Amino acid sequence: MMTPEQLIMTSLALPLLAVGLVFLFGKIPNLRDGCSIVVSVLLFGVTCQLAQLVFNGERPELVIGEMIPGFKIRFLIEPLGMIFALVASGLWILTTIYAIGYMRGHHEKNQTRFFACFAAAIFAALSAAYAANLLTLFVAYEVMTISTYPLVTHNGDEEAKRGGRVYLGILISTSIAFFLFAIVWTGHIAGTLDFVPGGILQQPFAEGKISPAGLAALLALFTFGIGKAALMPFHRWLPAAMVAPTPVSALLHAVAVVKVGVFSILKVVIYVFGIDLIRETNLTGSLSDVGISDWLCYLAAASILLASLVAMTKDNLKARLAYSTISQLAYITLGALLASESSVIGGGMHIVMHAVGKITLFFCAGAIYVGAHKKNISDMRGLGRAMPLTFAAFLVASISIIGLPPGGGSWSKWFLAVGCVESGQAWLMGALMISSLLNIAYLVPIPIRAFMTPKGEEPQKWHEAPMMCVVPLCITAVGSVVLMFFADSIYRVLLQIV
Amino acid sequence: MIEQLIQFLDVVSKSPHLPVLLIAIPLVAAPLLILIGNRKLVQILSLIVAWVVFGISVAMLGRVLATGAFEYQLGGWPSPYGIVYRVDHFNAFVMLFVSALGALVLTYSPPSVAAEIPRSKHYLFYPSYLLCMTGLLGMCVTGDLFNVFVFLEISSLSSYALISLGKTRRAPLASLQYLILGTIGATFFLLGIGLLYQITGTLNMADIAEKLAASDAKRAELVAFAFMTVGLFIKMAVFPLHTWLPNAYTYAPSVVTTFIAATSTKVSVYAFVRMVYTIYTPKFAFETLPLDRAMVVLALIGIFVASIAAIYQTNVKRLLAYSSVAQIGYMLLGIGLATEAGVAAGVVHMFNHAFIKGGLFMVVGCFALRIGSVRLEDWRGAASVMPMTCFAWAVGGLGLIGVPMTAGFVSKWMLLTATMDAGNLTVAMLMLISSLLAVVYVWKVVEAIYFSEPSEKVKAAKEAPLTMLIPTYVVIGATVVFGCWTVYSAEIAQLAAKALLNASGVVQ
Amino acid sequence: MTPETFFGLFNYWIVICLMMTGFYIVISSGNLIKTVIGLNIFQTSVFLLYITMGKLTDPVKRVTAPILEGGHGDSHGDHSAHGEHVAQVSFEEHASEQLHDAVKHAHADLSEAGHGGAEHAHEVAEVLYSNPLPSVLMLTAIVVGIATTALALALIVRIREDYGTIEEDEILELDKELQ
Repeated sequence: MMTPEQLIMTSLALPLLAVGLVFLFGKIPNLRDGCSIVVSVLLFGVTCQLAQLVFNGERPELVIGEMIPGFKIRFLIEPLGMIFALVASGLWILTTIYAIGYMRGHHEKNQTRFFACFAAAIFAALSAAYAANLLTLFVAYEVMTISTYPLVTHNGDEEAKRGGRVYLGILISTSIAFFLFAIVWTGHIAGTLDFVPGGILQQPFAEGKISPAGLAALLALFTFGIGKAALMPFHRWLPAAMVAPTPVSALLHAVAVVKVGVFSILKVVIYVFGIDLIRETNLTGSLSDVGISDWLCYLAAASILLASLVAMTKDNLKARLAYSTISQLAYITLGALLASESSVIGGGMHIVMHAVGKITLFFCAGAIYVGAHKKNISDMRGLGRAMPLTFAAFLVASISIIGLPPGGGSWSKWFLAVGCVESGQAWLMGALMISSLLNIAYLVPIPIRAFMTPKGEEPQKWHEAPMMCVVPLCITAVGSVVLMFFADSIYRVLLQIV
Repeated sequence: MIEQLIQFLDVVSKSPHLPVLLIAIPLVAAPLLILIGNRKLVQILSLIVAWVVFGISVAMLGRVLATGAFEYQLGGWPSPYGIVYRVDHFNAFVMLFVSALGALVLTYSPPSVAAEIPRSKHYLFYPSYLLCMTGLLGMCVTGDLFNVFVFLEISSLSSYALISLGKTRRAPLASLQYLILGTIGATFFLLGIGLLYQITGTLNMADIAEKLAASDAKRAELVAFAFMTVGLFIKMAVFPLHTWLPNAYTYAPSVVTTFIAATSTKVSVYAFVRMVYTIYTPKFAFETLPLDRAMVVLALIGIFVASIAAIYQTNVKRLLAYSSVAQIGYMLLGIGLATEAGVAAGVVHMFNHAFIKGGLFMVVGCFALRIGSVRLEDWRGAASVMPMTCFAWAVGGLGLIGVPMTAGFVSKWMLLTATMDAGNLTVAMLMLISSLLAVVYVWKVVEAIYFSEPSEKVKAAKEAPLTMLIPTYVVIGATVVFGCWTVYSAEIAQLAAKALLNASGVVQ
Repeated sequence: MTPETFFGLFNYWIVICLMMTGFYIVISSGNLIKTVIGLNIFQTSVFLLYITMGKLTDPVKRVTAPILEGGHGDSHGDHSAHGEHVAQVSFEEHASEQLHDAVKHAHADLSEAGHGGAEHAHEVAEVLYSNPLPSVLMLTAIVVGIATTALALALIVRIREDYGTIEEDEILELDKELQ
């Protein structure tokens, strides 16, 4: 049995090992891809072991050392991070299998670089999940940006280059101009960058080291600086990143990258500000009757609605899913900013529910592309009969994303709605409801039309994608329903952090 | 045999003569090498000399870390009458990276020199290079102000000569322009030294500092300070006195650009810091004179103007040259804060930037060798034939931007925390925004080499030779190592800053 | 400012005039040779500053270059006295430590004299010495200056070979045409 420290070390080392192995066996595709799968399974095993410890109340810790004098790279796992790590490492296995099927089905170039960068991104996601202070989180955040850039520009054509430019441009500039600034500012005020339950800013605020206006500005810097959360108006990178191959969009731009964003916002709200601090300043209305996070909440709500509306106009399936992601991420951001117990739990839970649901949808988009070479929704009429499994999975995952039972998403949206009421912003619930209706409008017609179009229109060549693609998406679709019944345990785990 | 060697090295490293050997060996070697005149032999011998010098620097830094600052009296004349060489944390640190880059660039140089400099000039190139290095090290090691001027001129004269070796006909002109501005700068510096000597009657830095504190010739002090500052600002290429730099860097041979870009301006920064913190006091410079505000303004304008200029360059050497002008601004920002953290940030950025810029110019040298051009349009698609070289650019570029896990991030972080702790939120914000400009000009090149169709010249090219790639990767690797592990960079810089500020009586 | 102080500082006026003349030539001249000449004048001004600062004048006593006269007197000089160092230090009879001592005083006192002019009392001294150190320093600086000039001229020769002209604007014009 390994000590908790060794477990953390192993779970961080395994993705790096995968990077090494992928490069080493770059010339032998079967061995290379085999290594990826084996390592991802091992990694999931290790994270499960860690999860057992963490969910039982332990807080394993690992100190790597000082990166900059006075500032340590340190990992400490708390339940929220553990859940995120579980999701990322679990879905990595499925995505690897899927990606192998997809990349080979497509005869893509540069597969070695692709799989190596993929593993590097997982490494970054886990580091972010385990981070014990803002510096570590920031380092992981940036490593993730850089390691996913080659994936976005994988195709190497003009469109990919443009997409990559927007991707890198927005993510790097927001993180350097706002996020880094906010971190250093926090360190200056609080004297520490560690994540501490209850927050580190409460004390300095009470001592008057920072005004409510300053606190509001700091929160805004964090919210916008964490560009990966794709809060409008810094959301443009996400649709731009859709030029990447579908497995990338699936794992990274539906799960790892964007979830690092909202996860960071949750962490900042819970462990840097402390939900009490945000709620107090909101209730006392010290900033001329508007709390420090209120206007950000409105922005998040607007982001939810606007992104849903934009999604309706998109005919390209991946673009529609991208805007849907922006909308769903804003739910989590909203949950964090509302800073009530239920809303934070709802946000944390939505990380899981949305991850499983959205990855299914992206898997389906990829499978449709591999099987029928269709990108646009208008071309998918009647496709359901040729690809029944894919579209069935699509329907199931849509239900979860919308928040209808028996999808797992129903629980997280429930908690978010309760959170709105708890923090006295009941009318924001309206935004959630309208958005759910919009979700139905832009997601459900896709499988319906695919199944319910008169016969005789479809050409003969359509068929299901290879098994390597279809099996993972069926598993995640089933997962999004199964999670509905495990919401209780997630709830109990997340209860530990608020 | 090996045992004897170890014993010998042990004795040598304990020798009290290290500071003078550091200067004497390359200084004596240079003319001897010219007398030898054999191209191959000169090359090998100069390489040995450069590495020996590096070894001496390491030994000196080791001694400083173990036992603190020490002095060497030339000819046994005690200070302040004779010339003393004084080694403390600060200059040992600067000498370390100057000699390290000097040796690494020289190791890297042969193929590039063979391609860019006429064969008949090789036996002159290497001695000039050694002399330049001697001058730079001398400026650091000496504790005598006039000696600083002499070494400044040694390094300057040899670098003018080196720059003029460039292939194009623009090189002599660029060199002459640098010579004229450089000489004006050096003469200003000399004038300042003269005035200080008039006030204090001594040339020993520590002695001057002592006597200045007691003197009441305020106006003469001020004039001397002004002349020396302007003189050094020219050599540092502080905006708007930077005009010599882009041409000089662009038209010099790649190896020369690499060495000068990595070391020369930093040593002038060193001299400036010495002047402000050891000879004068920060109180004089920043309270009596508003130099700190002037420096912040100049630095920020310089950073923005030079970075924007860099974005529009199509010649990669010129692009990096403008970036160097911008980076000097960051060092000034840190130094101008006059706090321990600020000076440490400035000093560590000297170190980090030396490696980053050195590494990037080494990459440029590889491209220049294989593609025969430093224009960006000729580099398009180079990643397909020169993957190793291109990857080195990507890593070095990330360092220049200041992405975490690279040395650039360490300096940026330290500078930012220092600025913030000094209560200067606006400057911190502007600094961050300015660093985004680096993303644009670095990524412009990355996109061209990775995501474009190969140009004609690239199609005919092949990967750079290992003799060049290995030193390049050592330098680029150092930027990553010093981005994650700062015991020998940031921590020494902090010790140096602490010693400087304690000596100048600033209470933290 | 009285006329006395004005003329008493005449060496500084000369230095400033030369310096500005040289500087102006460097800035304004398009001809590279003239630029170098301007640079030389500019440097020379600083040489003069140094040399004149070491020179002493005295209305009463003889002031001379620091060369030992006679050389073998037995008066060892009064090191602790204020004012200028006294003549006829017999080097042979001094141990090296004392030598340092002597140099120390010479060094400090002479430069003080150079700065403040000859306002100290000179009861003891018959002969005053100028401070040799600035001249020595300038010897080095002149060598540097010569090296710079030589290098500059060599560069100009190469420029003329390449461009056929030494007028800066014409050279820039030629480069523009090329592009």
